[in-house]
Amino acid sequence: MSPEELRKIANWIRKRDLQAVYEAGAGHIGGEMSVTDLLTALYFHTMSVNPDAPLDPQRDRLVLSKGHTALALYVTLAKKGFIPESEIATFLKPHSRLNGHPNRTKVPGVETNTGPLGHGLPVAVGMAKAAQLNGDSWRVFVITGDGEMQEGSNWEAIMAAAQFKLDNLTLIIDHNRLQQGARVADTNNLAPIAPKVEAFGWMVEEIDGHDMKQICKALAPETTETGKPKCVVAHTNKGQGISFMTDNVAWHHKVPNEEQFRQGMSELEKALS
Amino acid sequence: MSAPIETSKLHDCRDAFVSTLEALGEADNNIVAVCNDSVGSSKLGNFRDKFPDRLINVGIAEQNMVGVGAGLANGGKTPFVCGASPFLTGRALEQIKADVAYSEANVKLVGISAGMAYGELGATHHSIEDFAWIRALPNVPVIAPADRIETAAAVKWAAENEGPCFLRLSRVGVPDLLPAGHVFEPGKANRLREGGDVTLIANGVLAHRALNAAQLLADHGISCRVINMACVRPIDTDEIIAAASETGAILTCEEHTIFGGLGSAVAEVVVDHHPVPMKRLGVPGVFAPTGSANFLLDEFGMAAESIADSARELLRRKG
Repeated sequence: MSPEELRKIANWIRKRDLQAVYEAGAGHIGGEMSVTDLLTALYFHTMSVNPDAPLDPQRDRLVLSKGHTALALYVTLAKKGFIPESEIATFLKPHSRLNGHPNRTKVPGVETNTGPLGHGLPVAVGMAKAAQLNGDSWRVFVITGDGEMQEGSNWEAIMAAAQFKLDNLTLIIDHNRLQQGARVADTNNLAPIAPKVEAFGWMVEEIDGHDMKQICKALAPETTETGKPKCVVAHTNKGQGISFMTDNVAWHHKVPNEEQFRQGMSELEKALS
Repeated sequence: MSAPIETSKLHDCRDAFVSTLEALGEADNNIVAVCNDSVGSSKLGNFRDKFPDRLINVGIAEQNMVGVGAGLANGGKTPFVCGASPFLTGRALEQIKADVAYSEANVKLVGISAGMAYGELGATHHSIEDFAWIRALPNVPVIAPADRIETAAAVKWAAENEGPCFLRLSRVGVPDLLPAGHVFEPGKANRLREGGDVTLIANGVLAHRALNAAQLLADHGISCRVINMACVRPIDTDEIIAAASETGAILTCEEHTIFGGLGSAVAEVVVDHHPVPMKRLGVPGVFAPTGSANFLLDEFGMAAESIADSARELLRRKG
């Protein structure tokens, strides 16, 4: 799929996400907008997955460790055909399987239940180790937030992945510079992230996490290095695509009012033209 | 079963665990072991020598260890995730909750040297909260085998049945109690001794102590039923109701704090279905002083003589 087609899909996902947050009266819209291009590239370009066989043992795996942006994953899975698009409207409603955080036993395409931060990368390491033991060629991708890298469990997993030489594992850090309450830099500054991960024995690449060409290239198998796990530091913006939300800490999980919803939709519509 | 339990031949349940795991590993190359540097204390040296690729040592990193276990299960493996029980269950409790229990991952958690097996190393190394922590979670059977026979049976059951579980193993020697060929069934208790006056319910290293207490009581004309309740969750509700209705008094013994463990689980069933006088023996909500596991069990009123005394006291409340 071409970058232009991927951009169209990402735009559709952003609009559907914004509408669902507006209708549900909840969601983590800032981080959903920052991760959407990454999810789109993974599901519509990079990963080999089949909605008709969501548990195919040879499938590629994505772990959305920043589980609070579950809605962006649900909309992506719906667009890909894992769940009906009509089901997005049930997000957060009583007994909906579209919970505020993803559940693998309920939603096809979800690989592990995330929510508490710092869980996804260790699980992804285990997946990649299983493929390595089998000599299988499927790949494992995990997306963390940047603030999430403050969790020590991630660094346990980073050490193990290098030790195990998991070159079938790609960690994508959605580096939008904001955590729930403040800038990452003002909270517990991780900078510089890339050399830190590199020092742990990983191959690291920094990209614009909203540039489809760069994302697709960074996730391509030929850009990995034998014997090393890969980390893609994706520079993104919280609230990407909607001007008043962009890079604004207030929009971690704020819900737009009607006027803001209309303005957001209008901006997203115009972005395509 | 009128003679005292033979305690001259004691066995470390870890040996039964690893020998069973090695045999299962021969037959199924999806069986893997995951550990946190604890190759020696988990006795996984032989497993490593036989299957070098299939011992996944993540180093001293329990949170990662449990997450890696969940990922291996996602990739079709059957991981036995082994670590000293205080660190496996305490350090990685949230991973056990989210990655294993909630995700219904096929991870077999093996808490090694549980209870007060580390004795003199002190309360940091005691795992006397693990029944309470893990049984509060859905989807994870909590199993404390009484001897090497039940340990082997439980490991075999765990490997053959999809889904999480928590095996709680001691390193303190215990005699054989269950018949050879015993088949483990979750939620099914074993009656080790028949009796009608009072029931002792125990598991793990307390089972043989309870049997010895029952013999002391028999010598004084008190007929004591003894139940081995390896599974704290799911618990054998029918067997507890039968004990309550047929013997009228229940005494529980556990190598665990009395807050939230076996005694609490039994009491929940008794209160809901058939209230009778009960007493719960265990660690009474304190950090234990210095001493070996067996010394500490004696110290906390779980020598056979003390268990028998508690049973007599309970009988007086029966009225």
